[in-house]
Amino acid sequence: MSKITKEQVEHVADLARLSFTEAEIEEFTNQMSKVIDYAEVLNELDTENVEPTTHVMDVRNVLREDNVKPSLQREEALKNAPKQKDGQFEVPSVLD
Amino acid sequence: MSFYDETLSSLHTKIKNKEVTITELTEQSFKRIKETDDKIHAFLTLDEERALAKARELDEQNADNLFFGIPAGIKDNIVTKGLRTTCGSQLLDNFEPVHDATVMNRLNEKNVVTVGKLNMDEFAMGSSNENSSYVAARNPWNTDHVPGGSSGGSAAAVAAGQVPFTLGSDTGGSIRQPASFCGVVGLKPTYGRVSRFGLVAFASSLDQIGPITRTVEDNAYVLQQIAGHDPLDSTSANMEVADYTSALNQDIAGLRIAVPKEYLGEGVDEGVKARIQEALAKLEELGATWEEVSLPNSKYAVAAYYLLASSEASANLARFDGVRYGVRKEGEDLLDLYKKSRSEGFGDEVKRRIMLGTFALSSGYYDAFYKKAQKVRTLIREDFEHVLNSFDVILGPTVPTTAFKVGENSNDPLTMYLKDILTIPVNLAGNPAISVPCGFSDGLPVGLQLIAKPFEERTLYKVAHAYERATDHTKVKPEL
Amino acid sequence: MKFETIIGLEVHSELKTNSKIFCGCSTAFGAPPNTHTCPICLGHPGVLPVLNQRAVDYAIKAAVALNCEIAEETKFDRKNYFYPDNPKAYQISQFDKPVGENGWIEIEVDGYKKRIGITRIHLEEDAGKLTHDDYDDASLVDFNRVGTPLIEIVSEPDIRTPNEAYAYLEKLKAILQYTEVSDCKMEEGSLRCDANISLRPAGQEEFGTKAELKNLNSFTNVQKGLAFEEKRQAEVLLSGGEILQETRRWNEEKKETILMRIKEGSDDYRYFPEPDLVNLYIDHEWIERVREGIPELPDARKQRYINDWNIPAYDAGVLTQTKAMADFFEESVEVGADAKQAANWLMGEVNAYLNSEGIEIEEIKMTPTGLAGMIKLIEDGTISGKIAKKVFNEMMKNGGEAKQIVEDKGLVQISDEGQLKAIVDNILDNNQQSIDDFKNGKDKAFGFLVGQAMKETKGKANPQVINKLIKEGLESR
Repeated sequence: MSKITKEQVEHVADLARLSFTEAEIEEFTNQMSKVIDYAEVLNELDTENVEPTTHVMDVRNVLREDNVKPSLQREEALKNAPKQKDGQFEVPSVLD
Repeated sequence: MSFYDETLSSLHTKIKNKEVTITELTEQSFKRIKETDDKIHAFLTLDEERALAKARELDEQNADNLFFGIPAGIKDNIVTKGLRTTCGSQLLDNFEPVHDATVMNRLNEKNVVTVGKLNMDEFAMGSSNENSSYVAARNPWNTDHVPGGSSGGSAAAVAAGQVPFTLGSDTGGSIRQPASFCGVVGLKPTYGRVSRFGLVAFASSLDQIGPITRTVEDNAYVLQQIAGHDPLDSTSANMEVADYTSALNQDIAGLRIAVPKEYLGEGVDEGVKARIQEALAKLEELGATWEEVSLPNSKYAVAAYYLLASSEASANLARFDGVRYGVRKEGEDLLDLYKKSRSEGFGDEVKRRIMLGTFALSSGYYDAFYKKAQKVRTLIREDFEHVLNSFDVILGPTVPTTAFKVGENSNDPLTMYLKDILTIPVNLAGNPAISVPCGFSDGLPVGLQLIAKPFEERTLYKVAHAYERATDHTKVKPEL
Repeated sequence: MKFETIIGLEVHSELKTNSKIFCGCSTAFGAPPNTHTCPICLGHPGVLPVLNQRAVDYAIKAAVALNCEIAEETKFDRKNYFYPDNPKAYQISQFDKPVGENGWIEIEVDGYKKRIGITRIHLEEDAGKLTHDDYDDASLVDFNRVGTPLIEIVSEPDIRTPNEAYAYLEKLKAILQYTEVSDCKMEEGSLRCDANISLRPAGQEEFGTKAELKNLNSFTNVQKGLAFEEKRQAEVLLSGGEILQETRRWNEEKKETILMRIKEGSDDYRYFPEPDLVNLYIDHEWIERVREGIPELPDARKQRYINDWNIPAYDAGVLTQTKAMADFFEESVEVGADAKQAANWLMGEVNAYLNSEGIEIEEIKMTPTGLAGMIKLIEDGTISGKIAKKVFNEMMKNGGEAKQIVEDKGLVQISDEGQLKAIVDNILDNNQQSIDDFKNGKDKAFGFLVGQAMKETKGKANPQVINKLIKEGLESR
């Protein structure tokens, strides 16, 4: 597989909502390329007929009854809010 | 008094016989923390006022169980209601949880006294504690060295005699590796044995909370208390908890030990190797037999782990966006707020893993990286299953080296990742594993790792306890 | 050039569970902001989801009612995107193993019947609600709605006209309401619809570039938005232009669609299996248990009304549009109403009343027994049609039994010939002019005399008897 490009790193940073300086982008491009190169060792293994593991334990159908439980008091829900107004969380406008 | 000379059960006897009050015990804990913590930085937050108030309250009551009034430290990624929980991150510098983790409920119902929250690599990402965004914890045996990580504070606090026990979390070795570096006992339970509800997720399919203690017996007691099914955790195992303490003091004659050749091969320090071989000889003396085996897919574990853990982490850590809690950095608009809060709030290693994980999941790469790693995970599980069909435990070092010096490895992530090669496969497979002290190399502790079948923590305790009784390693104290 | 329109619809419907899909908070609509929240639905650090069984039951129920194949093994996935109404920055949804696939529903529009395919139906969690704060030029987030269970129903691109789209939505809504999995109240957001529309030259196989329409807040607006878009795209194409893959918003005031954003490639949601939830296996017994709870669906009911009770097809269609109306109708018949009469009343007076008051049939005071009683009183001549209207209005406002109302208000029809003859004779005696007019061929005079008799009896006289008596009286004079 080819090396990771700077553009790819920038795109990934954008998806992850992270911003970096030019120098950091360079460094990440370099480091991620190394890690990804290292990850290519996995391609030595033939896994065509191997099932992927999402859960190590075969637990199935864990369900709860449809019962209402008490919610938090509003003050508790908003306790850690960096900014709030009228009982709601405030953020910069999402209108275009 | 000193916690070095006590166990949970000896403390309980003293409390019951009024030889010591809970207030004295709690004060002793804070006194020791104040004497030693400017050197080892095990704690991030102390809860002295409330802890002492609770101790005084408990002194009025009947000590009805082993944990009654015992001081404990909690890793700072386990949420504690009303007590700041930072995960070692500046982003959560001001976060006060509005609920308790299930493990906290289990401890609180027995009236454990929480003295504070323990230092860790930010969001549990790291093996040295140098990724704590506050201050790097240090190794009590030599403060120029790291205590390991990510539960570095949890291991250092026990090794420094600050508290009788702590809770840590283990995603790729984060309990066992610092336990090994600090010369204490650390257990990673079977995935699903201890509820993850209230453990701030790093990699959900790998994370487990576990105890760190000075002795094997204490470790079994703590696990007994925190293990069990939790309806709030869908991945928690709905099966009865075994009686761990009854596994102690048992004979291990006839025990079948597997020693993977991959675990004593290249990259393992000679000093470490020597201690492990001595431990093996000791176990043989106690009636165990051993054979060399192979876990052929072990060498792929680190790559698979970094892809899987980082991918899960990239989603788990996305919620830290400055909207509902944590430190917000205002921006020109919403996007700017997100980027500033996250970029300034997270440290380098966290950002590195979020980037790697986001990349591994992104369109066009998912099959080649994430899914491939999941398939390799299956092969690694099968390796363990296969070996443990014919053996009771797998034995090897916990870490290929002893605690390294502060600053020694932190600039090269990949080298750092490769040091977790002996602990990571166990998380991928889901099995339980314990690290017990097995001596020293150049004045620093070495840890012996034992791995058993899923839900066979009993076997681990049985073997570890037999070994501990036959040796004196846990009786040595660091000079601080 | 002639174009063919290709439409596909994505419908989100909130399930009527008591609690949210992954926590115990209430799903009730209209609570003060952020009072139905907990650490789990707020996405606090360390929390974990536990799946609500009823949400799965309802999703299976909807999937069965929409003729889907039910997955034996299904799972949840994380859909990653940042937005203030999405607290974990991922939505727990289903990616490659939805609960149901390959279903269909049949619609009838402009006199033809057609099957619309359903690609998939999957379970997911709803987002919070954002409102704009003009004073601070900021957005405010209320997380009461976050975590309400949703099903997303994706249609095949089988729809060809805005009218078909409308009919599809009507039918889909009816089925979801019949199965009682959702309220389907668009005004409360419990039913939401996005539409994909593209044009292709008639006869061409390949699809054109599609636009996605949002903010379609009523079925009528779906129809209008699609009609507008159909025309807009045709104009662009005919003038040699190119349709871009874009998201457009329906503007209700301007009655047009407005460009929101142009899509570049597909969104990268980085789906991966949710590690905090275990796999779900839906066995035959589970499906059967759910199937048993599915009532007779609108099409089957409609057919039964036509076959058993000779209700005209159109009427049967209207009566079965909502389950509540159909239930009211059937109950009325069960307690003795003539089916045709009951249908007429429901289609006519009742519907008119609902429309003028802007209410649903669930909210009226009249009971099926009330309606049946009234119809019986008309049939046996106890009350006239005119009196019936009075009884009807009384029952709609205050409920009660028709017979009791008639008695209490003295509304019984007078059919006694002797009693009425005296009244008629008296009227004829005092209206010689009208008798003369009638005899001179002015038919209107007859009506006047009948009116006088009704007035005298305060409308209670049996009109047939009055007609007969006046006719006899006129002949004999």
